[in-house]
Amino acid sequence: MLNFRSPETTPLVRLNNAGVSRNGRWLVRGVEFSISPGEIVTLIGPNGSGKSTTAKTAIGVMKADEGYVERKPGLKVGYVPQKLAVDWTLPLTVERLMTLTGPLKGREIEEALSSTGVLHLAKAEVQHLSGGEFQRALLARAIARKPDLLVLDEPVQGVDFSGEIALYELIKQIRNRTGCGILLISHDLHIVMAETDTVVCLNGHVCCRGTPQAVSQSPEYQKLFGRRAASTLAVYSHNHDHTHLPDGRVLHADGSITEHCYPGDGHHHDEDDNVHDHGDDCGCGHHSRLHGFELKEKRDA
Amino acid sequence: MLDDFFVRALIAGIGIAVMAGPLGCFVIWRRMAYFGDTMAHSALLGVALSLLLDLNLMVAVFIVAAAVSLLLLFLQRRGALSTDALLGILSHSALSIGLVIVAFMTWVRIDLVGFLFGDILAVSESDIDIIWGGGILVIFAIVYLWRPLLASTVNPELAEAEGMRPERARLFFMLLMALVIAIAMKIVGILLITSLLIIPAATARRFSTSPEIMAVLASVIGALAVTGGLFGSLHWDTPSGPSIVVAALALFVLSLLPIGRRRLETASHSTPGGHH
Repeated sequence: MLNFRSPETTPLVRLNNAGVSRNGRWLVRGVEFSISPGEIVTLIGPNGSGKSTTAKTAIGVMKADEGYVERKPGLKVGYVPQKLAVDWTLPLTVERLMTLTGPLKGREIEEALSSTGVLHLAKAEVQHLSGGEFQRALLARAIARKPDLLVLDEPVQGVDFSGEIALYELIKQIRNRTGCGILLISHDLHIVMAETDTVVCLNGHVCCRGTPQAVSQSPEYQKLFGRRAASTLAVYSHNHDHTHLPDGRVLHADGSITEHCYPGDGHHHDEDDNVHDHGDDCGCGHHSRLHGFELKEKRDA
Repeated sequence: MLDDFFVRALIAGIGIAVMAGPLGCFVIWRRMAYFGDTMAHSALLGVALSLLLDLNLMVAVFIVAAAVSLLLLFLQRRGALSTDALLGILSHSALSIGLVIVAFMTWVRIDLVGFLFGDILAVSESDIDIIWGGGILVIFAIVYLWRPLLASTVNPELAEAEGMRPERARLFFMLLMALVIAIAMKIVGILLITSLLIIPAATARRFSTSPEIMAVLASVIGALAVTGGLFGSLHWDTPSGPSIVVAALALFVLSLLPIGRRRLETASHSTPGGHH
């Protein structure tokens, strides 16, 4: 819906009311979004909100128990999982890691490694890398495949702030150069990559979605983040019409309480009307970090 | 000194070591040592059933080992008990049921020690055909499955996301394990098969800079251990299985010595990738 890029191209992946349940519990439900070539979609949400599950469902590692997922036939995915521990008994250099799921030419390996800045570590064993170096190696591996869709599950974990900015800039360059679609999972509820086309906020279902607000023009943010960061990062303003209670039930804006929460239960406002009616009374806790940074340009209902 | 039976045992043993090398590497990388033990122990149930139903020995052992691994997969999916506990239950019950069945069959006399610890005298020429035929099959399968197996060892979800089928690779891997166990049983013995998988691979780790080198080195080291062990077995009249394991252990201990290897520093640096 908020896809500014040529909407007529067929999406790489489209989730239609997708839900995944394990042991009788819905991990995530009623998820709808699509990713087109060149589009960046960022998933955010608290721990256990189903971000990784949603990403895995999108690429077919997990099967949707409800709804369905459409993928472009022959879709080539590059995946950076959230956790990856290589047993130390496995002698694996960065160079060898690159061809883990498919053959590559030596030149392609070098290009990918130098674009993520870890070419000097090509001969190092992956077990000896720091968290940030390993993330860069994994990212290099995923992009070296020249995928149609790049799925990055918290790619900036273990990376310091300036490294995070650099990685986001790199991801942007990859998108601009290759035109691949990118599904990004962010550990931060408010700060997302500025280039993000669509932010999807999950908490067992889609709580809200929208576009991030560029902060590069705002002097406050420039002071807070620094000039370079402010052009790379953006703030996402949540737009919730309900609150998740501690016992798992859901309090809706109309005062009603339901056991579960998913679109179509009649309690949600139309997701296409773009009402940004968030505020401290939302009570979801998402906004506390940004006190004083509320953006002025709230849209009118 | 090189009697016919000894040459046969040597040819058979080297064949087993060659196929055990790469499989053993995966056993180590995937932390499946106890799993291999369980499959091997269930081989005795296969022996008992082959005697009871008059089946070919290797076929019966292969079927039982494969069935036990499938049963484990099924029980893991149900998730009632930890894999550790399930393996303990399967391993020793299969071994015990086998022993009990053998005890009931008073009309057959079997050399239990030979089955448990290996018997170099037991290798016939048709066994050699089976071992090398099976060995070539195993090597071809591993080469063919190498990339999906390795990728799913590193991370099954990554492998699946990028178009591989880790579940299928895992299934084939289990079948290959069952095959190796069925083939190797006569020489190394049921109780010691996993050591022929693990010790040469662990020895090879220190000298390897890539998974492929480690797989080949494990085969070479395994062949050395088999050769040394069989000569020892012949010389001191010891059971072949334990002799081979002792020889493999000796090579492993040698590999620990700091003989001008910078690699030692690398390998003893046992920080698992956990912090990533």
